[in-house]
Amino acid sequence: MPRTLFDKVWDAHVVHESPGRPSILYIDLHLVHEVTSPQAFAGLEARGLPVRRPERTLATMDHSTPTRPGGLKIVADAGRAQLEMLARRCAEHGIELFDLDSPNNGIVHVVAPEQGRTHPGMTVVCGDSHTSTHGAFGALAFGIGTSEVEHVLATQCLLQYRPDAFEVRFDGAARPGVTGKDLILALIAEIGIGGGTGHVLEYTGDAVRALSMEGRMTLCNMSIEAGARAGMVAPDDTTFEYLAGRPGAPEDFDAATARWRALKTDDDAAFARRVTIDASAVAPRITWGTTPAMNVAVDQPVPAPDSDAARRALAYMQLEAGRPLLGQPVDVVFIGSCTNSRLDDLRQAASVFDGRRVPEGLRALVVPGSRAVKRAAEAEGLDRVFTAAGAEWREPGCSMCLAMNGDQVPSGKLAVSTSNRNFEGRQGPGSRTLLASPLTAAATAVSGVVTDARTLETSR
Amino acid sequence: MKPFLELTSRVVPLVRDDIDTDQIIAARYLTVTDRSGLGEGLFAAWREDPSSPLNHRDGASILLAGHNFGCGSSREHAPWALLAGGYRCVIARSFADIFRQNAQRNGLLPVALEEPAHARLLASLEMNPALDVRVDLFGRTVSWRDHLARFEIDDFARECLLGGVDSLGYLLAKSDAIGAFEARRGAA
Repeated sequence: MPRTLFDKVWDAHVVHESPGRPSILYIDLHLVHEVTSPQAFAGLEARGLPVRRPERTLATMDHSTPTRPGGLKIVADAGRAQLEMLARRCAEHGIELFDLDSPNNGIVHVVAPEQGRTHPGMTVVCGDSHTSTHGAFGALAFGIGTSEVEHVLATQCLLQYRPDAFEVRFDGAARPGVTGKDLILALIAEIGIGGGTGHVLEYTGDAVRALSMEGRMTLCNMSIEAGARAGMVAPDDTTFEYLAGRPGAPEDFDAATARWRALKTDDDAAFARRVTIDASAVAPRITWGTTPAMNVAVDQPVPAPDSDAARRALAYMQLEAGRPLLGQPVDVVFIGSCTNSRLDDLRQAASVFDGRRVPEGLRALVVPGSRAVKRAAEAEGLDRVFTAAGAEWREPGCSMCLAMNGDQVPSGKLAVSTSNRNFEGRQGPGSRTLLASPLTAAATAVSGVVTDARTLETSR
Repeated sequence: MKPFLELTSRVVPLVRDDIDTDQIIAARYLTVTDRSGLGEGLFAAWREDPSSPLNHRDGASILLAGHNFGCGSSREHAPWALLAGGYRCVIARSFADIFRQNAQRNGLLPVALEEPAHARLLASLEMNPALDVRVDLFGRTVSWRDHLARFEIDDFARECLLGGVDSLGYLLAKSDAIGAFEARRGAA
C-alpha cells in the first residue's frame, strides 16, 4: 500500500499497539531546555527512575538566558535557579548539555540541526511547540508537555494517537524577496490557526524544493501556528549537503544517504487533506492582528474586521481597518528566534542594513540563534554591518520572542519581529507585534516605518 | 493526579476563539522549577480589567470558551495554572492538540461540545449566570436544568482521568517491548 512520508516515519517507530490505546512511539532524539524540564526531572527522582537513554538526549539553555554578554551571573534569580537545576540534572544523568559556556550553546531548534543531530527519518521531541522545525529534515518532530518529557526521559517512548497526513503544496517559484516566512504566513492565513489540528503537514512542490534548509526550517517551525502536530519536508540533496560533515552526521554517510532517499511519499499515497498554494502569487506577508493567521501582503491595507476576534485584535493593536500598513511608524525591530535567526536569515537582513542607518528612536535588535551562527556571521562581517547601521548585535538566545529573559517590547510599543507569535503581550505586557520576514524587518528597521524590502535597492 | 469522576459547578464564560497559552499564563511566569504558584499568573493581563468574568469566578470550577482553546505553546504550565486558579474543567468548541493532552494528564478535563449544545449552554448562562452545570465523565455528558449533551473522549484518557492514574505506569509496564524494539534496531 502506498504510504506518505509521515506514514513511513511513524510506522518505523511503533513499539507497541493495543486496540483502544494510543500507540507507543519510540523517540530517537529528545531535546531538553531549562523551562519545561525541571518538573520532569523531579518526577523521575520521586519515582527513583533513571534516564533510559541519556545518549539520545541533548540539552541546551536558551529561553531564560540573557542576550547581553555576562552569562549565568547576570541572569535574574528565578531564571538562574532553572539554569542551575538543568546543569545539575544533566550532570546527574549523564546528559550532554550545551551550557552558557559551551561554544555550541544556542536556541534548541537552531543547535540540534547545525550540530547534525537531527537526521531524516528520526522522531524528535522537545518540551517546546516549535520542535516542528526539525521536520525540515524529513524527521517527525513535535512539541510535548512536561509530563511527556518525563515519559521520554524514563522510557524513551511516548503515547500518541496517529495523526492524519495533510499535503501542503507550494507550486511554482517564489518571487525574489519572498521567503519561507512569507510562504508559511500565507498558508496560515489560508487554513487558519486551528486549520492543521490533528494533522501532520507535508510541504511539497517546486517552491519548497527550491528553499534552503534554513528556509525549510522556517516553514516547518510555524506549522504549530496552524495548529498542526508537525510539518515535514522529504529529504533531498539540499538536506544531504547541509548534513554532510557536521559533527553529528552518521559515520557511513553514503549508506545513510541511500537509506534516506527512500523517505518520500509514494505516488498515489492518500492524504487526509490537501491544499495547494501558488507560490508565485505570494507577496511578502505581515501580520496586523493578534494571531499569526491575521496577516496580509505587506502592501495591502489592514483588512476590515469580519469577526469579534478581528475587532478585538484591531483594538488591541491600535490599528485602523482600511489604512495601509506600509508607512506605519515602528518602535522596535527584533530579528531572531527559532524561526529566523540562522545564518541565511542574518545574511538577508544584512543585505538590507548594509550602508543604511536605523533612525533615531527606533531600537533594532539582531540576535543570532546560536554561538555557531554568531561566529559564522562575524567571520563574514555581518556583525559590523548591523552595528554600523545602529542595530544591537547580541548573544544567542530566545530573547524578545517570549520576553522572559530581560529582552522585551515596552508596553504599547509597536514591534516588527521575525519570531513566530503575535499573541497579546507575547513580547512583553502590552506589546504589539507585527510578524514578518528578516527582509521586511530589516527594511522596516532602516526606514523607521513598515517597509516593503522590494522597494529598497539592495546593495548585496 | 486527582481522579475526575463528576463535577457540578457554576461556569465562567470566556467565549472567545483561539485563547492562546500566552493569555492563560505568560512566559514571564514560567521561571518556576515546580508546579506551584502559577495561579497568580493565570490570565493575568485579562484580569487587569475588573469587569472581566475571570474576576467574578464565585467558586466556579468550569471555564467556557470557544474554538481552539489552548493554542500556541506546549507549556504544561497552562493546565497547572488553570488548576491552581480553581478550574477542573474547560468546556470549549475545540482544543489545540498539545493543550488537550497536557490537560488530561493533569486531571483538568477538556470537554469539546458540538455547536448546538455549546450554543444552548451559552444561552442558558445568559439567562442565568449562576446556573449549575454537571459534567459526568463516566457517562460522557454535560447537563444543566433539562438539557443533556454528550461529549467524546478517548477511552484511554477517560480511564486515566477516572482513576487519577498517570499514563507513565502504562509505558513502564511495556519496558520489555521497548527493549525488544531497541534490540531490533541495534540501539541496545
